Amino acid sequence: MILLDRVTKLYANQERPALDEVSLEIEKGEFVFLVGPSGSGKSTFLRLVLREERPTKGQVWVAGKELNRLSNWKIPALRRQIGTVFQDFRLLPNKTVAENVAFALEVIGKPAAHIRKVVPEVLEVVGLEGKEERRPDELSGGEQQRVAIARAFVNRPILLIADEPTGNLDPGTSVGIMKLLDRINQLGTTVVMSTHDQAIVDQMRRRVIELEGGHVVRDQSRGVYGYAR
Amino acid sequence: MRANFVASEVSSGIRRNLTMTMAVIITVAVSLGLFGASMLVRAQVSTMKDFWYDKVEVSIFLCGKGSDTPSCAGGPVTGAQRDQIKADLDSLKPLVDSVYYESQAEAFARFQEQFKNSPIVDNVKPTALPESFRVKLSDPTKYDVVASAFAGRPGIEQVNDQRKILDKFFQLLGGLQLIALLIALSMLVVTVLLIANTMRVAAFSRRRETSIMRLVGASNFYIQLPFLLEAAVAAGIGAILAVVGLVFVKIIVIDQVLAQSFQFTAFVGWDAVLAIAPLMILVGVGLAAIAAFFTLRKYLRV
Ligand SMILES: Nc1ncnc2c1ncn2[C@@H]1O[C@H](COP(=O)(O)OP(=O)(O)OP(=O)(O)O)[C@@H](O)[C@H]1O
Ligand SMILES: [Mg+2]
Repeated sequence: MILLDRVTKLYANQERPALDEVSLEIEKGEFVFLVGPSGSGKSTFLRLVLREERPTKGQVWVAGKELNRLSNWKIPALRRQIGTVFQDFRLLPNKTVAENVAFALEVIGKPAAHIRKVVPEVLEVVGLEGKEERRPDELSGGEQQRVAIARAFVNRPILLIADEPTGNLDPGTSVGIMKLLDRINQLGTTVVMSTHDQAIVDQMRRRVIELEGGHVVRDQSRGVYGYAR
Repeated sequence: MRANFVASEVSSGIRRNLTMTMAVIITVAVSLGLFGASMLVRAQVSTMKDFWYDKVEVSIFLCGKGSDTPSCAGGPVTGAQRDQIKADLDSLKPLVDSVYYESQAEAFARFQEQFKNSPIVDNVKPTALPESFRVKLSDPTKYDVVASAFAGRPGIEQVNDQRKILDKFFQLLGGLQLIALLIALSMLVVTVLLIANTMRVAAFSRRRETSIMRLVGASNFYIQLPFLLEAAVAAGIGAILAVVGLVFVKIIVIDQVLAQSFQFTAFVGWDAVLAIAPLMILVGVGLAAIAAFFTLRKYLRV
């Protein structure tokens, strides 16, 4: 699903690379935690997969495509296969829950009939039935993140990328979000999630990739957040 | 293509940005109006050229009693000289379209008619006015051919081209038209900058939407279309206003005021307006396209 081959990312005007000769592979259907201290390169890794950034050196393969060789007009097709969730939800404040989810389909030209059918379905999956007509400011943080996950999942992506999805949520709410992501993973979507939330990682016991200073310092299947330090 | 969705995005975009959109409409209307006006002046100059060059003549004045140019040293023109000049003129056909001989008596009669309200008439004797050949050319620009053949020849006092006087006048008009065009061009540049800036503001105010569109895999086309249509709608309204203004100028200023007051000359017809209007709309659309191209490339990349 994702393959990095000696990838280095050096941002302009930066001395130290955000990622340094990183090679790793993530298989289809995996659930992967990306951990590491602030500035270790987690978000950079996720942005490379989304082709929001391009590597300075090395190759990034996603869903069978080498992203350096992907021409600009094919990027949208790549992103339609990838769902994205962020710490800050990124909802449109003047649209309702249902409209926010529908927006993701409207802007890729899906027919109205299809949208009317799948939006209620996905809202049920994320547990928001009955709240379709609310606006984001009428929802709790956890509910807002569920809307964002519904939007990321409504087009049934093969890969879901979540950058600290529970970063703004309290532990109880986070557990609910993790259950939802786990459910999505069980429906066949590969999930890659960066987090600083030790409790969650330790509880889920999934593959853990730890970055530090742009290097992979640990890659464990069924890992925990950190070695007992 | 979700036409409803795009239409609602565009109209909400325009409402959100109403003051800027108004500014764009007005600037486009004014700059295109100026552009159209300068094109109209140009068409007017060419209409007048056609009209007047058709009427101008080359005058060959023959020597009279008081003539003192070297070619008149032999005294007043003789009958043989006059016949020879007439024959030579006839041999210049088809360049020479027609030749009309004006005797001293006829010249005096015309003079009296032209200046009938002026005391100068009483002081001019019939013999003071020279006899002349009035030559009409099929191609008025070939004046030099006639001038070189006849100027300085014995019996001919002077060869005169009315076109030279007209040329001065048309040069003046041409200069005015150039100034109008330059002002119009600088206004058009301002318009491009304004449209570009408006789109930049619109892109900024829609940055949440566009960043989400990018993430969920909307194509460039979908992301940029609302901005393009906003600019196109504003520029289109401006262009239509400018065309309405041009039609107004044609009906009121040209047909009702100028054509009534200056009946001796011709004015541009509707064919000129019909030719200029599409050009204005084309320039308007082109402006919006140029502005959009650069702005969108800079601010709205996938
Ligand atoms: N757009 C950018 N331009 C320049 N440098 C950047 C940019 N984005 C990130 N960096 C730098 O790259 C390094 C890695 O950043 P990154 O955002 O990937 O870290 P992170 O692991 O996601 O951190 P956090 O846990 O705080 O989110 C940091 O040193 C950061 O300063
Ligand atoms: Mg980060």
